[in-house]
Amino acid sequence: MTALIALFWRDLRRAWGSGALWLPVLFFLLVATAFPFAVGPDAPLLRRAGGGMVWVAALLAALLPIDRLVRPDKDAGVLDQLAVRGFADEVIAAVKIGAHAIGFGLPLMIALFPAAALLAQDASRVELLATGIAIAIPALASLAVLSASMTANHKGGSAIGGLLVLPLAVPMLIFGAGMLDPSGRGAIKLLAATSLLLTMVGPFAAGAALRGLRE
Amino acid sequence: MTELLRLDSVACIRSDRLLFENLSLVLNRGDALWLRGPNGAGKSSLIRLVAGLLRPAAGTVERRERIALIDEASALDTELPLRRALDFWARVDTVDGHTVDRAMDEMALAPLAEVPVSMLSTGQRKRAAMVRVIASGAPIWLLDEPANGMDDAAQARLVAAIAKHRSNGGAVLLASHFALGIPDLAELDMGALA
Repeated sequence: MTALIALFWRDLRRAWGSGALWLPVLFFLLVATAFPFAVGPDAPLLRRAGGGMVWVAALLAALLPIDRLVRPDKDAGVLDQLAVRGFADEVIAAVKIGAHAIGFGLPLMIALFPAAALLAQDASRVELLATGIAIAIPALASLAVLSASMTANHKGGSAIGGLLVLPLAVPMLIFGAGMLDPSGRGAIKLLAATSLLLTMVGPFAAGAALRGLRE
Repeated sequence: MTELLRLDSVACIRSDRLLFENLSLVLNRGDALWLRGPNGAGKSSLIRLVAGLLRPAAGTVERRERIALIDEASALDTELPLRRALDFWARVDTVDGHTVDRAMDEMALAPLAEVPVSMLSTGQRKRAAMVRVIASGAPIWLLDEPANGMDDAAQARLVAAIAKHRSNGGAVLLASHFALGIPDLAELDMGALA
């Protein structure tokens, strides 16, 4: 258990080291800032489209660091050393998912509030956005670690990685943005179910991908 | 139980090429075996196979004890000072700081404890990897070219560490181009197997 905690903190330290903590935050705010310039300062339009934009930006922010999640550990031999010590690949993947969920999820939740303000979201919609994204963060982290594990053997893997997980992330976008619609009452339950499923499958799928890296 | 490691008619295939087959060996406590042979003979593949990182195409590998491995990657976080990078593995292996201190003394790395890993030379990184192996307390050492980049003094320390490990009941499987001057060393010529 101490070993897994050490592993978790190491991932978190590397995620937040050298100012990388602010990377998803900056990216997220960049999208929120650029969007009103692109569609014009029409507040009702911004309010309607902005919520969906927040969801797209959150998904991309989760995928932003996938280059850093697995590949450096594979190249440095860290994954091999852990395998020699008998850690199951699924456990390593689960720890990485947990660390990524905190590493990018926490700053993302904080950045959500200024981003929502820039996109003219009112208090009730900010609440829905915050709830939805908090539900989705474990699943987004799961997808990011999965795609990072699958592409760790390839140069420029992050671009392919994004394409790989996009179809899996689409249901979350639909239900997450659907929560904002006044008629979307059941969307939060569907979002939670989707998130739970992806979070449960993630460690096993990513673990299998990590095992494949050694072959 | 003196037997630490047993390989029974093991075969290894890498990207459709048969590297070796029908390889059997036993390592008992105190044993050291030198895998020799030209590049590409399968020394590193055999080490990875024993470590459990590769699956044998045929045969069985039985490990009766924990394993410590050195390969070409140092697995130390380059942005950290050496001591903190080693402390991470000490926590993973659940050994205390004194064990790391002693291992660092054994490889004469104590003066470099605060130097970032990225500033270390190849030989110093190999010594750091040896510290991890020594500190782990694992009875089976798998050393793949451990002396690469080491100067004479460091090599002497490596040989001394191996001797100490063997006298404490450990076993060593060593892949190297050249004999390091280790006394009482069994040999396996991988070049002759192909």
